[in-house]
Amino acid sequence: MASLNLLIGVCLCYVAVLFLVAFGAERAALRGRGHWLRSPVVYTLSLSIYCTAWTFYGAVGYAARSGFEYVTIYIGPSLVMIGWLWAVRKMVRIGRTQRITSVADLISSRYGKSNLLAVFVTVLAVIGTTPYIALQLQSVVESFSSFALADPDVSPNGDSALTALWVAAGLAFFTVLFGTRNLDANERHHGVVMAIAVEAVVKLVALVAVGVFVVWGIGGGLSETMARIDASRLGHWQMASGRWAGLIFLAAAAFLCLPRMFQVLVVENDDESHLRTAAWAFPAYLMLMSLFVVPIAVTGLDLLPDGSNPDLFVLTVPLAAGQEGLAMLSFLGGFSSATSMVIVASIALSTMVSNHVVMPIWLRATGGGAAISGDVRHVVLLARRLSIVGVLVLGYLYYRVSGGGEALAAIGLISFSGVAQFLPALLGGIFWRGATRLGAVAGLAAGSGLWFWCLFLPSFGPDVIIPGGVLADGPFGLDLLRPHALFGITGLDPLIHGVFWSMVFNTGAFVLVSVFSFPSPMERLQGAQFVNIFAHSEAPQGWQGGAAQSEDLMIMAQRILGAADAQALFQDEARRQGLPGYLPEPTAEFLQRLERELSGSVGAATAHAMVGQIVGGASVSVEELMAVADETAQIMEYSSQLEAKSEELSRTARQLRAANEKLTQISVQKDAFLSQISHELRTPMTSIRAFSEILRDTEGLSLGERGKYASIILDEAMRLTRLLDDLLDLSVLENGQVNLNFREATLADVIDHAVRTAGQGARLEIRRDPVAEALTVETDVDRLAQVFINLIANAQKYCDAPRPVLTISVSRRAGQVTVDFADNGSGVETDMQGMIFEKFSRIGHHQAGGAGLGLAICREVMARLGGSIAYLPGQGGAAFRVTLPEGRAMAAQ
Amino acid sequence: MGKPQRTLFLERHTYRRRRLADLARLLPVIGLVLLMVPLLWNEGPGGVATSRAILWIFGVWVLLVALSAWLSSLKLETELDGQGTPRPMAGGPGAAGRGRRR
Repeated sequence: MASLNLLIGVCLCYVAVLFLVAFGAERAALRGRGHWLRSPVVYTLSLSIYCTAWTFYGAVGYAARSGFEYVTIYIGPSLVMIGWLWAVRKMVRIGRTQRITSVADLISSRYGKSNLLAVFVTVLAVIGTTPYIALQLQSVVESFSSFALADPDVSPNGDSALTALWVAAGLAFFTVLFGTRNLDANERHHGVVMAIAVEAVVKLVALVAVGVFVVWGIGGGLSETMARIDASRLGHWQMASGRWAGLIFLAAAAFLCLPRMFQVLVVENDDESHLRTAAWAFPAYLMLMSLFVVPIAVTGLDLLPDGSNPDLFVLTVPLAAGQEGLAMLSFLGGFSSATSMVIVASIALSTMVSNHVVMPIWLRATGGGAAISGDVRHVVLLARRLSIVGVLVLGYLYYRVSGGGEALAAIGLISFSGVAQFLPALLGGIFWRGATRLGAVAGLAAGSGLWFWCLFLPSFGPDVIIPGGVLADGPFGLDLLRPHALFGITGLDPLIHGVFWSMVFNTGAFVLVSVFSFPSPMERLQGAQFVNIFAHSEAPQGWQGGAAQSEDLMIMAQRILGAADAQALFQDEARRQGLPGYLPEPTAEFLQRLERELSGSVGAATAHAMVGQIVGGASVSVEELMAVADETAQIMEYSSQLEAKSEELSRTARQLRAANEKLTQISVQKDAFLSQISHELRTPMTSIRAFSEILRDTEGLSLGERGKYASIILDEAMRLTRLLDDLLDLSVLENGQVNLNFREATLADVIDHAVRTAGQGARLEIRRDPVAEALTVETDVDRLAQVFINLIANAQKYCDAPRPVLTISVSRRAGQVTVDFADNGSGVETDMQGMIFEKFSRIGHHQAGGAGLGLAICREVMARLGGSIAYLPGQGGAAFRVTLPEGRAMAAQ
Repeated sequence: MGKPQRTLFLERHTYRRRRLADLARLLPVIGLVLLMVPLLWNEGPGGVATSRAILWIFGVWVLLVALSAWLSSLKLETELDGQGTPRPMAGGPGAAGRGRRR
């Protein structure tokens, strides 16, 4: 029934489906229809590569051996994701803004784009990950062989090495195909991510299905299963407390530091907001993955004969219960776990190896050749592909050499503790500006050294690498350096012992060396950017522009980014700078942008080195760093000055505009004045001339006629004189050349004088209030009287009421004396009210004599006297208000 | 261009959101404390039964997931970005030091 061939068939079909899914996702993304590819759900599912075959199969075995310890491996990452606002969000933001390609890139970037650190991290990551990949291969091989055991047609000793080779080759093919499609590591691997998302669903469904079958199919319900668990040998809580806390920490640290987790968590992240979903969905996923582990373990212990491998209970329990379909699903779950981990791990490692090891060597080997033309993308891609194959070959070799078995199973946690050595440098780098490159190197060296000595080398077993004698008594008989009992402290669990000491020394060296060393300018720049990633909207410049040739930069960029992308980038930048064509000015800003684009393809350190080759190696120096800071301060100062200046300028412009308007108006007025004056002068002149001619030339004029003509001439001459007097008066007033003769007088007397002079015609009745008028004013009495006369005369001329009445009212208010002249006529039309004080403006078309200068003169006079005259609307007729300052007025005693 | 002022007192709604953001950041610590409770349990025969341990651990886990789902749905990170962080002054001498929260 459980034919191995059927299994292989199903397996191949599944792989084909995965290929199709990946292919379809790539095509959809290419056509821009891949919105669903970038959903938070897919992102969360892709995080599930944390659950490898080691956790899929191993957790049950782990539970069967040591109870609840397995759950620590899931609790650590759950807590990290629940606390995403602390570290994960910051890492993702940094990864996205700095175009980080791997965990090695992040650390190297933070510490001044140091390639030494990048190589260090890469090597450590490869060493830590290789056994883990071997573990995945082993799990696939073992799951195959457990099917083979159940298949009577196949000899039990199938060639497991061959199976492992086939699996490794298939994975390498898939990863090369979909993992190195595009060079820019920041561009998402949609195909790969989609395939792992599908695999994530498969493994969850598989494990839950087996769990449900165990609890309700075999166990007979929830309470029965619980009872059975309590009755088993796992029935009571058993935990080495050090391991419980230590493993939670270790898993949390590994979650942040594992290259493959960094790949899906940071590099493949499309949208920071996806973290919001992942913050709860990923812990939920892990919870479901671990929910049925204990029941499966207990059932396996019950059901299967003693000595059967508990690591394969997930598979063997359904097989033993005769559920081939379920076993098949479970196999696919384990297969998915193994393959997805290997794919992402090899992509992450290959990026690191090619960016931090191969490319720098290649760059050096080709001399200062960053500016040589020719596409280097194939070099990078080839490096990546070879790295993928290399990583898988390493994993396979490790599997072959270690020979599988128990020794390999223990390597999972040791691998975790290896990558956990990145943690101090990583977290220190993003939270502490004082962390320096030397500190990071020292911490990593101390931590990884201890890890090698205490955990990695002993993991091969006594006498493989470390002789048994050294393991028991220390090297050269030095008791204090025993790998499992450093400093003579015995009794600790070896793993916790190793993790504890390596982390203590790692963190200690990192902090101490950081405190006592001084960072380079580049480190300080990067440190400030990383730590304040949420505060800095714009990065300070790392390059001093000007030295580079745009054309050289273009040649280099084309080689890395490809001709089309590079040209698009340069054209865009040129357009932003306002230049035509493809060559922008090599400003510091542009160099920064270019470097960031390049670092998406080849890593920060290499990109920095390449730009540095062209710019002339002149990166930022301390002086420049200070200058940058200084410049910023200056710019801020300068811009505030500019702002003030521009405000001043706009104020001046407003004033100028107003002045200009006034000048134009005055010019128009002057023209109007000239034409008016010539008209006014001409009319009487014409009649004077005409009547003079008549008198001279006409014989036999009667005396009466002669007298009549002569009086007309006189009248007109007088009118002319009056006009000229008025004009002279106005001009004197306007030029301020008038001599004022201030003296005290009673207002009533002034008004009396005015009324008398204006000649109280029979028509106009004048109403006055003698009591109010009893005010003494100090003013030029003649001038004031002139104003009053003018106003009364106007009322006589223009008031069109049948019984014209002029009311003169005097009052004191607000420190001023006002004299109102209001008649009962029809008043002045609203639109004329603004005009009446202008020269030559006459109300309506009355030909009442006068040149229209009266009110203009009044206005000037009042201005000289320190008061004013205004038209007072709404008084039931024409009304004028004359205002005198009170300083010159006091009540008559 | 006046200097950006840090607001000292907030209106009720913003205040509540800030405190919820505090809670969101505290959540992993709360979870850790609750999940360290098993360290206090009696071990071996006569100790806590495994079924009770399952209930406790997974109960805490579910609670954490639910709280995390609720808090993350409130989009509290917008509060963190603005909180106590002066307006970015790129490269300004004092900007970096003040940018750190906590």
